[in-house]
Amino acid sequence: MDAAGTEKPSLLLKTLKPIGIIGYGAYVPRYRIPAAEIARIWKGAEGSLPVKEKAVPGLDEDVITMSVEAARNALARAGIDPQELRAVWVGSESHPYAVKPSGTVVAEAIGASTNIQSGDWEFACKAGSEALVAAMGLVGSGMGRYALAIGMDTAQGKPGDALEFTAAAGGAAFIVGPAEEALAVIEGSYSFVTDTPDFWRREGKKYPEHSQRFTGEPAYFHHITSAAQTYLEDSGTKPEDYTFAVFHQPNAKFPQRVAGMLGFKPEQIKTGLLVPEIGNTYAGSSLIGLSNVLDVAKPGDRILTVSYGSGSGSDAFGLLVTGAITERQGKALKTRDYIARRTEIDYAQYVRLRRKITME
Amino acid sequence: MEIPRHWRLKKQRYALVGEVCPHCEAKIFPPRDVCPHCSGEAKTPYQFSGQGEVYSYTVMNDAPAGFEENTPYTVAVVKLAEGPMVTAQLTDLGAEPVKIGMPVEMVTRRIRSDGNDRGMIVYGYKFRPVMQ
Ligand SMILES: [Zn+2]
Repeated sequence: MDAAGTEKPSLLLKTLKPIGIIGYGAYVPRYRIPAAEIARIWKGAEGSLPVKEKAVPGLDEDVITMSVEAARNALARAGIDPQELRAVWVGSESHPYAVKPSGTVVAEAIGASTNIQSGDWEFACKAGSEALVAAMGLVGSGMGRYALAIGMDTAQGKPGDALEFTAAAGGAAFIVGPAEEALAVIEGSYSFVTDTPDFWRREGKKYPEHSQRFTGEPAYFHHITSAAQTYLEDSGTKPEDYTFAVFHQPNAKFPQRVAGMLGFKPEQIKTGLLVPEIGNTYAGSSLIGLSNVLDVAKPGDRILTVSYGSGSGSDAFGLLVTGAITERQGKALKTRDYIARRTEIDYAQYVRLRRKITME
Repeated sequence: MEIPRHWRLKKQRYALVGEVCPHCEAKIFPPRDVCPHCSGEAKTPYQFSGQGEVYSYTVMNDAPAGFEENTPYTVAVVKLAEGPMVTAQLTDLGAEPVKIGMPVEMVTRRIRSDGNDRGMIVYGYKFRPVMQ
């Protein structure tokens, strides 16, 4: 009720049919470059480094191959026939092709049918969560029983740019289905979007540009707090109702600060905070944090996830973990299994793996 | 490389889809529609588990056209858990030495990219050391 005594309509996105996550899976490539090694080459990174190290893909990996593996993990947990999927959606800002969907290759590789939606999603670091909200709509409206949404990136920073310390590779896949089959019921979602020029990449350019003036307060903090506060208010929940919270993590500081601003405690965000160990996986960032939380969650836990994508927008959604989680956690490799698989590389190997030398 | 050929082969190449013989249950890879064991017709698709072990291997220092970027790389004959032998690249080796009998699992990776950064990207199976 507002001051005039009228009922304020809820802004939550609620589906007609109850829905949930029925399977999920992560992927992180095996190579790691420590931030200290990048700082050794590029001076100017005085003081504290934004992360400890970041994940780097192998020469034969890209958003398509990484999405295939995360999707196979999600299917193993869901225990469904991939032919029953009605959407295979990949959200990324590093799709291997400028024109030709990543989703069609992923769909073929995981054995999906030809009866699917498969357009790619782009919205900087919230491309994956935007795909997930679309999957909620497709399943929640009854258009299809199952939909697969993936957030995955092989992010690149310009050599020597501040983003090079954090731009990393990884992500996660989620299968949305009916609530009665869910390992976590989706209680609702809310998205907040404005036109904010904090970060962009023009067509045909290899590396993104960013505007220092816009990255913090008006971009990341404004959008995440707006999305989270509206979600909490309109769902009638408070920070203390959540066992876990996951926020987009471009570095280690921002998510910890935004959690504090919203009233969440460090214990609530610890499990989902992977950026110090793997870097910022862009469209995969908040979603792989969520997959690590689901790996250890217990029935009855509530999880709040809030993404952030430059340009700008945030998706907030709440999950309630069900009894089905326990037997599905062990049905595929866990997020931590990939993080533990680690081969350290130096800057020279990194330059080769990321194709930063022009050969012709 | 001709695009139509890749297009026809992609199911077996992306996901190790072969055949199972309806007469003697033999698992067949690559698919050939005739069972190599009982010579019966075998057209039933079969999704291999992707599990196997290294039967033999060699390190490639000079690569054929389209594969130069990855040299040196290791090519192995992998004995699949279901029986058939398949030749493929090993990947994600890190610092682990390759050994005969080493357990490996199938992953889908970039095999090659035609015409540098202008052509089609070809995806297919490789094997990596089993995780866990
Ligand atoms: Zn036979």
